[in-house]
Amino acid sequence: MTYITKPRLHHPLLQPNALGFTRRDYEGKVSTLCAGCGHDSISAAIIQAAYELDLPPHRLAKLSGIGCSSKTPDYFLGNSHGFNSVHGRMPSVLTGANAANRELIYLGVSGDGDSASIGLGQFAHSIRRSVNMTYIVENNGVYGLTKGQFSATSDPGSKSKRGVVNHDQSIDLVGLALQLGASFVARSFSGDKAQLVPLIKAAISHKGASFIDVISPCVQFNNHVGSTKSFDYVREHNAAMNRLDFIEPRAEITVDYAPGEVEVVKQHDGSILRLRKVAPDYDPTDKISAITHLQLHQMRGEVVTGLLYVEPDAADLHDHLHTVQTPLNQLDDAELIPGSLALDAINDSLR
Amino acid sequence: MSLAAVNDFVVKFANVNGSGSASANGMFAKSILRMGVPVAARNIFPSNIQGLPTWYEVRVSEAGYLGRRGGGVELMVAMNPQTWDQDVASIEPGGYLFYDSSKPLPPAKFRNDIEVLGLPLTAICNAAYTDPRQRQLFKNIIYVGALAHLIGIEESVLETLVREEFGSKVALIDSNLKALAMGRDAAAENLAPIGLRMRRADKVGDRIYVEGNSAAALGAVYGGATVCAWYPITPSTSLAEAFTAHCQKLRTDPKTGEARYAVIQGEDEIASIGIVVGAGWNGARAFTCTSGPGVSLMQEFVGLSYFAEIPAVIFDVQRGGPSTGMPTRTQQSDVLLAAYASHGDTKHPLLFPEDPAECFDFGALAFDLADRLQTTVFVMLDLDIGMNEWLCRPFRWDDSRKLDRGKVMTYDDLETGKVFGRYLDVDGDGIAYRTLPGVHPERGAYFTRGTSRDPYARYSEEGPVYVANMQRLLKKFETAKTLIPAPVARPAKRRTPHGAVYFGSTTPAMHEALDLLEAQGVHVDGLRVRGFPFNDEVMAFIEAHETVFVVEQNRDAQLRTLIMVEGGVDPAKLVPVLGYDGSPITARFITDEISRRMQGSSVTPTPQAAE
Repeated sequence: MTYITKPRLHHPLLQPNALGFTRRDYEGKVSTLCAGCGHDSISAAIIQAAYELDLPPHRLAKLSGIGCSSKTPDYFLGNSHGFNSVHGRMPSVLTGANAANRELIYLGVSGDGDSASIGLGQFAHSIRRSVNMTYIVENNGVYGLTKGQFSATSDPGSKSKRGVVNHDQSIDLVGLALQLGASFVARSFSGDKAQLVPLIKAAISHKGASFIDVISPCVQFNNHVGSTKSFDYVREHNAAMNRLDFIEPRAEITVDYAPGEVEVVKQHDGSILRLRKVAPDYDPTDKISAITHLQLHQMRGEVVTGLLYVEPDAADLHDHLHTVQTPLNQLDDAELIPGSLALDAINDSLR
Repeated sequence: MSLAAVNDFVVKFANVNGSGSASANGMFAKSILRMGVPVAARNIFPSNIQGLPTWYEVRVSEAGYLGRRGGGVELMVAMNPQTWDQDVASIEPGGYLFYDSSKPLPPAKFRNDIEVLGLPLTAICNAAYTDPRQRQLFKNIIYVGALAHLIGIEESVLETLVREEFGSKVALIDSNLKALAMGRDAAAENLAPIGLRMRRADKVGDRIYVEGNSAAALGAVYGGATVCAWYPITPSTSLAEAFTAHCQKLRTDPKTGEARYAVIQGEDEIASIGIVVGAGWNGARAFTCTSGPGVSLMQEFVGLSYFAEIPAVIFDVQRGGPSTGMPTRTQQSDVLLAAYASHGDTKHPLLFPEDPAECFDFGALAFDLADRLQTTVFVMLDLDIGMNEWLCRPFRWDDSRKLDRGKVMTYDDLETGKVFGRYLDVDGDGIAYRTLPGVHPERGAYFTRGTSRDPYARYSEEGPVYVANMQRLLKKFETAKTLIPAPVARPAKRRTPHGAVYFGSTTPAMHEALDLLEAQGVHVDGLRVRGFPFNDEVMAFIEAHETVFVVEQNRDAQLRTLIMVEGGVDPAKLVPVLGYDGSPITARFITDEISRRMQGSSVTPTPQAAE
């Protein structure tokens, strides 16, 4: 459907944000995914989040690997640079891009094949390096572009469309991300935009490695009875830990909650995360109890969603490398080249 | 009859890996340089940290021949019982064997046609030191002191080197000087000076003595590299470590102490090249350093860099393959791997430095080329250049030189309405303009993917669009020919139908071989190739000669293949001369091979015999 050109005409009643952009200015090309694909809902949530954050589109770079999910960056934020890279290797490309220019916002989009199989190593290492990024896995438990093979996030006992039962253990990316030191970890559902949009906004505002696992049913190959990644299954087993309101640094706080009902987390940029508790005993700033809680609920077959962990004052890769504040790609010749005098001294030391 | 030679002989040290011999042997080599005599020293070491045999070969050559000579050695310092027999066997008739005579050895362990010089080094150490580590370390210094007496290295030269080495650590200076004196005194009491003599000369000039890996890393600093992503692999590891060390000194913001560089140790070679490609896409000069096994792993990304046209630099410090192959042995066997890296129709510029001075030059140039050509550029070192200290001309930098960032559209370009097509050839040189992420709020953004897009980076799988893009990439490769450093000719003294093409670390042995051949009345024009794609001069040279020997350090004559394929040259015209046993190719081997072929006895290549 790439031959269809999206009309540039906008409805006059579309509300512009603080930058004067309407929601449609954050759109991309027409999606070529299947009608009803969960991934398109995630693209819509990303568009909504960027619009609500008043994000200058060119200050964000979107990177992806290979697969259905990795095609989606072409379908949102058309005024942002995008990079459809190599299967399973988006994290390293994003790490390099981030090293080159610390000032941009980096959005990594990947799938369960891309991140949990071929790219599991890169997923792990980009997180343990605390790359400042928002890493979204559009998780459908299946290989879509190659037509229906199980992925590594398929649950044991789940059935493929052809009726084959998966016996392999599933990889829990959320559990891994927690263990590897991601400082923002969330899970959501492509069918729950109200939950997903504030999570994306909070993740983008977070400094450090933010990871969001979004269960995103594949309508073509993994939406049948017996699948644990279908719309019906996820709706029936969704156990939300909390509901997030994302409040931008300068926004006025207008809604009050009864004490005990809400947890307030302030991030390094001044943004405030107000978490309305659904599970009363869940504390998303306590990693150990978060891991325990997750394991418990997952054992019962529940899909735990919400903001699962946040470390509001995390350090990132540049803090660890102690790099200059000026982006490395903007240093000029004088800052980079030590010159002939320094070279003479080096020559002298080598005689 | 014992050998006699002044400033022209080979000394080989046979040691046990991890015994601390490297610094003592290095001091020996440097002391010869400080006497104004050129030296070429090579480590021949195993893939091991402690226990296996290791050798250090020092060629003393007032004539300035810095390649390996070949043949036996004039003086063997045999400090390793494991390799005693082969070490004794490798001494030239009339040569000298220096050994630790603390334990008596049966006469059958020696040869009648060599001169044996025994000193009870272990006994001397045991009497002087109680600490086992000191006994081991100072034994090395003691034999350097003894050798200095035997061949006539000036005492003051060694003393200066010790003082430079230990700086303000007075105790270490004193103890090392004491050990040198012990060796010298023991030799003076027990042995007479030998026929191999050092005589002060003035043949070193302003040259420097440095490892190629360190030089290439310094080149990367001067070439403006800011991102280094790498994974440890012999023999390239010291390049990344040297880059880090150079940057700590040269790239730290003097006010804030912050780093104007980022060094990231990847989880593997794939991540390393991924980081480089990501940084290159985002406008930082980035590189990785690796060896053949690493380049194998990087193939997919190198192809992406080729098609998506993203600058990247790879330093390939070549070694014997495969992964469990000969990691500490030198070869030039990644030429084809690098030239045609990746799937699909791809080819990449290569640079072939001949010594550390050129490692520096090409280390810097590679980043200009990568930005200009928007592709991966390989700098092809090898273990011999990378991990050995070489005597070479000093590093040079012209302060008026600016980094060539290539075709990058700025905010102003976009603002004034310049047409931007990411893969649009506007200048006719096959190179399109690129933009960097974040450049402009409304213009210049594009979606990067391999092919399947048109000149404006819009999705397209149409055949003619694909073909047009592939043709443009070929045109770009033609442009690259004009940017690769031209070959360096070394014409014979007489007009000759015979030529020889060579590259990289083969050069010094090759030049010596050309001299040796000339002394035999065999005239061969030499041409040192400095990169790929081949400039027109390379093809003109081949055209101008009836027979061209292609001298290289691999089994399959890889440079020859490249010349045949890319230049459409008749294979019969290109005669391979191949040394690939893992030790650096020698002048005598090349000489013998070429003169044998010239006599028409055979054209079948025979490998360099292991020594």
